[in-house]
Amino acid sequence: MATPEEQMALHRQLHAKSTGVLLDKLFKGSAFSFAALVLIVLFGMMLMLLKEAWPTFAHFGFGFFISSDWDVVNNKYGALIPIVGTLVTSLIAVVIGVPVSFGIAIFITMMAPAWMKRPVGIAIELLAAVPSIIYGMWGLFYFAPWFANYIQPFMTNTLGELPILGQFFQGPPIGVSIFTAGVVLAIMIIPFIASVMRDMFEIVPTTLKESAFAMGSTTWEVIWKVVLPYTKSGVVGGVILGLGRAMGETMAVAFVVGNSLELNTGLFYPGATIASTMANEFNEASGLHMSSLIALGLILFVITFLVLSIAKWFLMMLERAHEGTGT
Amino acid sequence: MKAPAPNPHRAVHKMTKYQVRKIINYVNLSASIVVTLFGLAMLAWILTVLFGKGFHYLNWAVFSQMTPPPGESGGLLNAIVGTLALTFLAVLIGTPIGIMAGTYLAEFGMKSKFSSVVRFINDVLLSAPSIVVGVFVYTLVVAPSGHFSGWAGAIALSILVIPVVVRTTEDMLKLVPIPMREAAAALGAPRYKVTISIVYKAALSGMITGVLLATARIMGETAPLLFTALNNQFWSVDMNQPIANMPVVIYQYALSPYEDWQNLAWAGALLITISVLLMNIMARYTLKSPTSR
Amino acid sequence: MTATTMSDHAQPNSPKMGLKMASALKESETRAGLMDKLESIRQIDAAKIDIRDLSFFYGKFKALHNISMQIPDKQVTAFIGPSGCGKSTLLRIFNRIYDLYPGQNATGDVTLDGLPILSPKVDVNMLRAKIGMVFQKPTPFPMSIYDNVAFGVRLYERMSKSELDDRVEWALQRSAIWDEVKDKLKQSGAALSGGQQQRLCIARAIAVKPEVLLLDEPTSALDPISTTKIEELVHELKSDFTIAIVTHNMQQAARVSDFTAFMYLGKLIEFDHTDIIFTNPGRKETEDYITGRFG
Repeated sequence: MATPEEQMALHRQLHAKSTGVLLDKLFKGSAFSFAALVLIVLFGMMLMLLKEAWPTFAHFGFGFFISSDWDVVNNKYGALIPIVGTLVTSLIAVVIGVPVSFGIAIFITMMAPAWMKRPVGIAIELLAAVPSIIYGMWGLFYFAPWFANYIQPFMTNTLGELPILGQFFQGPPIGVSIFTAGVVLAIMIIPFIASVMRDMFEIVPTTLKESAFAMGSTTWEVIWKVVLPYTKSGVVGGVILGLGRAMGETMAVAFVVGNSLELNTGLFYPGATIASTMANEFNEASGLHMSSLIALGLILFVITFLVLSIAKWFLMMLERAHEGTGT
Repeated sequence: MKAPAPNPHRAVHKMTKYQVRKIINYVNLSASIVVTLFGLAMLAWILTVLFGKGFHYLNWAVFSQMTPPPGESGGLLNAIVGTLALTFLAVLIGTPIGIMAGTYLAEFGMKSKFSSVVRFINDVLLSAPSIVVGVFVYTLVVAPSGHFSGWAGAIALSILVIPVVVRTTEDMLKLVPIPMREAAAALGAPRYKVTISIVYKAALSGMITGVLLATARIMGETAPLLFTALNNQFWSVDMNQPIANMPVVIYQYALSPYEDWQNLAWAGALLITISVLLMNIMARYTLKSPTSR
Repeated sequence: MTATTMSDHAQPNSPKMGLKMASALKESETRAGLMDKLESIRQIDAAKIDIRDLSFFYGKFKALHNISMQIPDKQVTAFIGPSGCGKSTLLRIFNRIYDLYPGQNATGDVTLDGLPILSPKVDVNMLRAKIGMVFQKPTPFPMSIYDNVAFGVRLYERMSKSELDDRVEWALQRSAIWDEVKDKLKQSGAALSGGQQQRLCIARAIAVKPEVLLLDEPTSALDPISTTKIEELVHELKSDFTIAIVTHNMQQAARVSDFTAFMYLGKLIEFDHTDIIFTNPGRKETEDYITGRFG
């Protein structure tokens, strides 16, 4: 038992608030403020864009969203063409990019010999880091001419002959077009989606795959009936993240889309996306023109925000689904 | 009779079904290989062009001379220095913010509502179109001050750094086992001390990886600089003035009609790509090397 | 005083009572031979930690129910019971490590040397410097062996390099690991074997010269040989420290402890001399558990 003196000493020690307590509060407080700063940046972004875009919304009203008239000379602006351009190019990117990424992910996880998995995997991941401007330069100087000379005539002569659908596969043979932009975007997002899918496929427990093989399933059946269902939320989430990337991509598109704000049904006509329009016109703009460009930026931001929320939702579903199984 | 005589028809039927499955398997797996080859071929094409063109036009002048006027030869010295300065500043601004915010999520906020909101918003920022960030900083810094500037560029890039660092910091801190924190706290270490001397130390390589990845991400970013740092044909390290930088120079030169400029753009593109890839490789290497030796 | 009265009355307010034996829960019964033991119990009126009517909550979930007991000074007290019975939870109250997590809180009184420790006025960091803890899995910090041991000392004591060297050596000696590490003090603690890591963690905990040492299943992740070493060490250390050990291994409790508390579903079922608990338990649940009928 402690003597009274010892007890007093202990009491003093336990009740003398050390500087630790104060520093703890300081540390936690500043960590909290910086976490809050992340929120402030995002909402600040929304607010600033909304403020600067307001003259446009006030001037054109809802018409801004549905008008295809983007006329700098007469100071009249409508966002329809860039919005549609953004959606169509990213849709093309996903339609081409997803099957290719899927194939690559399957190849790496299920088919490649062990010595090949890592190098190919790393190569794909590194390619995801190549700056987008590189894709743009390659697209403009190499891919677009090649596409215009070899692929586009072929597509116009075959797909272009189809009823109804045919009208989409028309356009001048100049290479820069909505379609080219879509293909370049596809190639840009392939490394990204493929590495997401590969990561997803790798979390599938080996025992699960082995039990399917043990029942006599072919490799494809294991992929289609075990691996894919097990990871579908994650795969969908990854694809949507890729879609978000394609929508917000500026440089690769600015090089190859042609930057024309005229309405065409043909995918081989030059077009524009929100990001490419902004990149092209921002530094020469002022007044209502500037405000309309910022309004375009806000629309892009809101679209990507929604797309991301959906992707996050899918990824959350994946986490939920696997929480119970202990993976 | 326990074992019925084998029915030849049944056997044949079974074989056929199995064969169909096998054919589907072969067709689909071959398709996978074909698309893989297609994807890799495209990517190989890009790299061949980049390296071929880039190395062809890469020479000492690129590193020693300023960006030239149209039709003349020159180098990228001011753009290289500008990009280094912008990247350095952006990382300098973004890293502490990102680390502290990530620390809050991993160490204090954990499962609170506030934290999940921050986490979500951070993911939004992570994938926000970089051009929108550029416009935001334009309205925030460039428009009020009346001119483009290096600072505006650095701020725009730092907004891209923050979410990457927040994310990796949180993920890496969470990998540090909870008993390690408790053991330090059980010795009487205050919370900040536990975090700084134990948790950060254990997660150091992962946190550095995050910063390297963030650096790699912003080095090649063009869009946010178009409206902030803009460009400067001359030597300048004044952060209050427009400053030359690789991505914008590459963009302008590549789209120009002058051959000298286009060639410089290829050399610049190669330099930027190599830097970004090196950063990524360093990031991987750092993450793999054990924290403590 | 008979055993019956001793076990039947829950008198949390009589400090001179010495050890009370989860009395409220005990059925009245008289046991031969208990009288002798009671004498010895009453002599230990030196309770290091005194727990009265202690309850613990994880949010709304009540994990511990009104526990009262006393942990004797310079003795080894073992806590046994099936998983989830609250034994680790109880241990984690003594140094208020639960404070790290929002939503966890304790009600009731716990005193260390007669001083209340649950009070919000207490500086938990100082409290933890007085009460060391060793965890289930070895937790070497990502630094050298020397720095691991010096970590806690550097927090609250200013001393010269040579004094610190002496302290580190003392702690490592006391933890029976000095001979194994004296030539590699600059190497990472993570490079040691599991058993060595755990002894390093004990060295780290005693280096700050705490009053109490809490061991939370310290051998559950170790091989039998390392386990034996730790158990021997526990025996050695009780001359200097009050030790509370949580274990799921009943043989271990029997081997190392002087007193044993049996807990079940968040309640303290029985607390007594270890040999009584294992040879002549007072409660049916205790008997069932130690004979392996449940748990």
